Amino acid sequence: MEQEKDKELLELKEVTIRFAGDSGDGMQLTGTQFSDNTAWVGNDLNTLPDYPAEIRAPAGTIYGVSGFQLHFSSDDIYTPGDQPDVLVAMNPAALKKNLPELKPGGIVIVNSDSFDQRNLSLANYQSNPLEDGSLAGYQVFQVPITSMTQRALEGIKLTPKEISRTKNFFALGLMYWLFNRPLDTTLNWIHQKFAKKPEYIEANEKALKAGYDFGDNTEIFTSRYSVKPAKLEPGVYRNISGNEATALGFLTASVKSGLPLFLGSYPITPASEILQYLSELKSFGVKTFQAEDEIAGITTAIGAAFAGNLAITNTSGPGLSLKSEAIGLAVMTELPIVIIDVQRGGPSTGLPTKTEQADLLQAVFGRNGEAPVCVLAAKTPSHCFDMALEASRIAIKYMTPVILLTDGYIANGSEPWRLPKIDELPEIPVNFVKEKDGYFPYARNEYLARPWAIPGTPNLEHRIGGLEKSNIYGNVSYDPENHHEMVTLRRKKIMNIQNDIPDLEVEGDKDSELLVVGWGGTYGAIKEAVTKAREKGYKIAQIHFCYLYPFPKNTKDILKSYKKILVPEINLGQLAYMIRSEFLVDVIQYNLVRGLPLRVSGILDKIIEVAGGNNGQ
Amino acid sequence: MDNKTEVREYHYTAKDFASDQDVRWCPGCGDYSILAQVQRSFPEIINKPKENIVWVSGIGCSSRFPYYMNTYGFHGIHGRATAIATGVKIANPELDVWVATGDGDLLSIGGNHFIHTCRKNVDIKIVLFNNRIYGLTKGQYSPTSFKGQVTKTTPFGSVDYPFNPPKLALGAEATFIARSIDKFAKHLQEMIKRAGLHKGTAFLEVFQNCNIFNDGAFDLLTDKDTKDDNVIELKHGEPLIFGKNKDKGIRLEGFNPVVVDLTSGHYSVNDLWVHDEFDPSPARASIIMSFDEREGFPTPIGVFRQIIKETCDEGITRQINEVKAKKGEGSLEKVLYSGNLWEVK
Repeated sequence: MEQEKDKELLELKEVTIRFAGDSGDGMQLTGTQFSDNTAWVGNDLNTLPDYPAEIRAPAGTIYGVSGFQLHFSSDDIYTPGDQPDVLVAMNPAALKKNLPELKPGGIVIVNSDSFDQRNLSLANYQSNPLEDGSLAGYQVFQVPITSMTQRALEGIKLTPKEISRTKNFFALGLMYWLFNRPLDTTLNWIHQKFAKKPEYIEANEKALKAGYDFGDNTEIFTSRYSVKPAKLEPGVYRNISGNEATALGFLTASVKSGLPLFLGSYPITPASEILQYLSELKSFGVKTFQAEDEIAGITTAIGAAFAGNLAITNTSGPGLSLKSEAIGLAVMTELPIVIIDVQRGGPSTGLPTKTEQADLLQAVFGRNGEAPVCVLAAKTPSHCFDMALEASRIAIKYMTPVILLTDGYIANGSEPWRLPKIDELPEIPVNFVKEKDGYFPYARNEYLARPWAIPGTPNLEHRIGGLEKSNIYGNVSYDPENHHEMVTLRRKKIMNIQNDIPDLEVEGDKDSELLVVGWGGTYGAIKEAVTKAREKGYKIAQIHFCYLYPFPKNTKDILKSYKKILVPEINLGQLAYMIRSEFLVDVIQYNLVRGLPLRVSGILDKIIEVAGGNNGQ
Repeated sequence: MDNKTEVREYHYTAKDFASDQDVRWCPGCGDYSILAQVQRSFPEIINKPKENIVWVSGIGCSSRFPYYMNTYGFHGIHGRATAIATGVKIANPELDVWVATGDGDLLSIGGNHFIHTCRKNVDIKIVLFNNRIYGLTKGQYSPTSFKGQVTKTTPFGSVDYPFNPPKLALGAEATFIARSIDKFAKHLQEMIKRAGLHKGTAFLEVFQNCNIFNDGAFDLLTDKDTKDDNVIELKHGEPLIFGKNKDKGIRLEGFNPVVVDLTSGHYSVNDLWVHDEFDPSPARASIIMSFDEREGFPTPIGVFRQIIKETCDEGITRQINEVKAKKGEGSLEKVLYSGNLWEVK
């Protein structure tokens, strides 16, 4: 017996795993548990949850399949991986939906118990793929996960349904075995999560360990795998999703500015977690207001900004549309608010749980009148923290609304985050006006920002609102010259932000002919594609926009110095449109709007096509 | 609700609340009276620095109101006044937040914010200028216009039923609901003071004459020949009596209110319905609010109902304090450096 346990240990550089099952099978939890474990053992990683909008679509159907993909490596990685090496399929529908994306020769682990006639026909299988030879090109491992879990949990006082629910932890345990992992992170989680339900602790622990032991004892698996820790920059790390990083960024901005944080919000996928995280943080005095609708979400924030809070509102595409008029009000009243748009597939309700980059033009232009605002975008999950701080800084300094664009992929995806030293993060200065001398509501400082005089300040009573205001004095004004001046000033103020943001940095080969240009959440995929092209001998340069309005100062110079510019986007060419109209520079577009992150391979193919077939020489 | 026991530290006059802006409503508009009564009653109820007062409005004639008050003011966008005001109040609970709004602003485009403000008992005072017409857009029918009312957009008469605003507020659980009329200066002042002293959502409907697009809408209630027979003033603890000679009363028979003649010898004052502002059940207030929908009944003015319960900002502050007491003041270090950490050397 002992001998049989000696399984071969193979070292791999990188692995992509996809967990897939019914939306009630707990695949998101399994995926995040595996991610936390992966981060903890020191691999670099990147994740992509992919779940249906229906909370519990009919069991066993293809449209009810929920997936979680993660990519981990001993080297730097930037994407969740194009194609999985390993697929864990909890039922036939999960297999059917995900098999086409598995790498040829990849590993398939299936819950063989679920391959009964009913589930096969729900998944539209004419014959059982485990028996008909259709999986011949893969390494298939049939594991009776449901029955093994039941056996492991015999004697525990739980209903059969509750017992069945722990089968994802059996699968997780098996994967921990397969990748030579300690169980600690998940055991800790189980004990914390079910502190008041000892029977749940026992059940989940047993299922997890049974999965692990199964790997150890069975003869099905002849080898297991290990991925060495990545060489990350020294520091303390945690795994973080974009939405959590966003919430923590605004909390930090509140602490660093000394302003109480107010969030006015209406739940919307995939942005709701920001409201959820912040509503936990009452010990910081954070005020979260779950409003009756999107409009109240932003207008309460505008009221809170008027009263002197760091006021923010979060939403996704349809909500941004609903907030448009109120953003105009914040432009007119020149109050600092931040609007976070976690972009999802559109238009209309579109693809609520999928990712997209198609709100850029709405963010930049989508308001009545000349209503310029500052628009920023985060490029990775942990970068959301930095951009939340940056959005707050700019909003307060320039007394302006700022729109922060993230997207469903980086919001729900996660990566290791090197934690900042809190003392080293800069303070955000706030100057409430106190003195009556020289105070006028629309007088401006050197940044063209108007003074922030909050209710409660003696002798500074004033009225602001959505009607055009006279310059300096702030009284309602219909004067034509004044209107032109104010329209111009508001724009100039926003353009001034250019002087206060970092220049673009060219990555890769600065002296190349081809420049690849991206923005926001596609950073990882573009970076990886550029790296791969360079490994193949192509000379490629890359820039990535996190400041979309205004653009960084050196944008024009950079764009003008390359012969060819390729712009990959998950829309039909919105940044391309802005570049052409702003800089009179033509670009080559690469657009795929599938509700999914761009694939490295697709961008790479396009780079090679554009660069020319012979290594761009 | 007198205020005798309170020590007054701040002594303002009506003038202190008037801004330097020229008031630009149409001459003869009922809004002038509302502005005047607010400025006259504020010195009696504002016992805090006046910089702690904020007036918020939406869009419409009434919503120009904040420009004419020498307080902090925010002229918002159409329908959103109560939401903006909610944000102001929650951000700084020390502030007294008032909303000036109209029937279109509050009940049409802003209906959703209004009912949720009431439901959450946000501590703001809402003064509804109800003229049963859209004035600023020049004469279209509003959600309080009568069925059959002829306006620019209902040339053959409106087919819609109007909202009864106090009933809407009651259904949405507002904790203070009252009504007055622009021309009844004293009564209006009294209602403004009552609203101002209430802790929680105070809803005050003011019938306001638009002399340009709906002139005379409330003549029956304000003309000296007709008002006594058509208006009943609600007073806490007093029987419901009205009429020129105080000769008519209202009894409650089961769920049915009945107008009775006090001169016929069948009924005396002792048989009448005695108004209870603080009735915990909303049922009787609802019946009173429906008087003017009934043939032969007078239109009620005064305080329909007032109850006290935790306000929205009190609840938020309480929770923050409870969590801080339990967990201590938040530490950024602890929150950022939490979860499964690992160190790379």
